[in-house]
Amino acid sequence: MRMRSNGMSRWIVAATMLLLCVVADAKKTGDVAPDFSRADLAGKSIKLADYRGKLVLLNFWATWCGPCREEMPAFSNWQLEYGATGLQIIGVSMDDDATEVKAFLAKHPVVYPIVMGDAKLGESFGGVLGLPTSYLIDPHGRIVARFQGENQVEKMEAKIKSLLLKP
Amino acid sequence: MKKTFSILSAVMTFWMLTAIPHAALADAKPAASIPAADLIQPAELAATLQKTTASKPLILQVGFRMLYDQAHIPGAEYAGPGNNADGLKVLRDRVAKLPKDAAIVIYCGCCPWSRCPNIAAAYDTLHELGFSKLKVMYVADNFGTDWVDKGYPATKSE
Repeated sequence: MRMRSNGMSRWIVAATMLLLCVVADAKKTGDVAPDFSRADLAGKSIKLADYRGKLVLLNFWATWCGPCREEMPAFSNWQLEYGATGLQIIGVSMDDDATEVKAFLAKHPVVYPIVMGDAKLGESFGGVLGLPTSYLIDPHGRIVARFQGENQVEKMEAKIKSLLLKP
Repeated sequence: MKKTFSILSAVMTFWMLTAIPHAALADAKPAASIPAADLIQPAELAATLQKTTASKPLILQVGFRMLYDQAHIPGAEYAGPGNNADGLKVLRDRVAKLPKDAAIVIYCGCCPWSRCPNIAAAYDTLHELGFSKLKVMYVADNFGTDWVDKGYPATKSE
């Protein structure tokens, strides 16, 4: 009876552990970036797979995130400077409400598309559990770099420039 | 004249793209204002939660819903965000009937600790309400890096 009870306990512990491990690992270098499709805030349809052939910087951000806001002017500058050589920046707002995002962008416009994210989109990337988080995706749709936290702008630009130079 | 206008236009564009976000959006009260004695490290909280005999504190995530939905500490309730009045009302309402000596742990983890817009306001709210066993989980970088990636238990909303 005791053995049976021990076996049952182990089963319960294992099942509990499985249940708690539902949060997947974040997507990493070499993984294919999960595709998604949604309308940007201007109403234009954005599908990640349509940007195959370009180097994509997918930036998860939010209006309440100070480091995110500080990166955005650089992203606009890069889109203007490197867009012709194959860079495409796409912003994914992780705000809960699009109204705040639209108000923010009306005051601080950017030159690249912004779509609204949600928990499902975050989970498809293994969870976007802190901001800012950006993925650099190569022309074949593979993740080549992941940047998280503040003060990443210089590293990001160096990586972008090195990849744009490659034929 | 045309050249002058072009230069002026370029300068204005650069100013719009760089200066405004820093100047117009002041950050919230810094997390550094929370006394060190009231902080709890993630490893310590994880160890407490693993003990089957220890009484568990009420854990409240005072950050943003979208982050909570993706991953949170099992048993943690959503009570935020701490960066606005509506979120702080949710927090006040949740603790309204609790005794002042109830053990409470709050956490956010949306952003690097020094840039978190939620945690200090949530701490101040509970502190002013008189909760004496209040702890704040110190999340250095974010919840993903400092909790999930460390292998501590996490779950997502149904």
